[in-house]
Amino acid sequence: MTVTVLFFASYAECLGIKSMSLEIGDRGTVGDVVRAVSGLSGASALPPSPLIAVNRSYARATDVLSNGDEIAFIPPVAGG
Amino acid sequence: MSRPIDIQELVAEVIDHSNGATSVFVGTVRSTNEGKEVLMIEYSAYEAMAAKEIEQIVDEAADKYHVRHIALEHRLGELAIGEASIAIVTAHERRAPAIDAMRYVIEEVKRRAPIWKLEHYADGSRNWVNAGTGQAK
Repeated sequence: MTVTVLFFASYAECLGIKSMSLEIGDRGTVGDVVRAVSGLSGASALPPSPLIAVNRSYARATDVLSNGDEIAFIPPVAGG
Repeated sequence: MSRPIDIQELVAEVIDHSNGATSVFVGTVRSTNEGKEVLMIEYSAYEAMAAKEIEQIVDEAADKYHVRHIALEHRLGELAIGEASIAIVTAHERRAPAIDAMRYVIEEVKRRAPIWKLEHYADGSRNWVNAGTGQAK
């Protein structure tokens, strides 16, 4: 299945991309996406367990994904 | 989000004759941070999620403090020193729930809303605020 992966702020800068499509196996998890992204160039600047949102809600590494899900890597927030 | 925040307009949104208290919080861009002279801050967000998260925070504050009147605006883009980046207005019959709800909303927005600040300094350097702190939670 295919999921969309989004990067923001410092993470987008380190990786040099804001979004990508990723192929993962059926019953693939958030953790699988984190592992795939950790192999990208520039990913060494990301923490080993970054904060992740799936379809605009905070998620856990063990959460199982569905085809078409939007997975966002959320850098430490600084609103206000 | 791109025009200056009109605080009077936000206050007008929560006007209700049953209210005896209106609480206003305004966050502004500071001229120094950790000893460095700040020129401006660039705000960015995961806009769809930030809107959803802020809506949820407002609902939580409304439930927790029984405050029906809450208005909020957060700026994005480049902000100069002294400009308001966020304003929150809450109103209630009594002051305590209005103030408590306002405090809840600002603290939770800072903790949870996917919004980022890139500070630009007078010495030419720039820094993502909080980026060195690892995970947000």
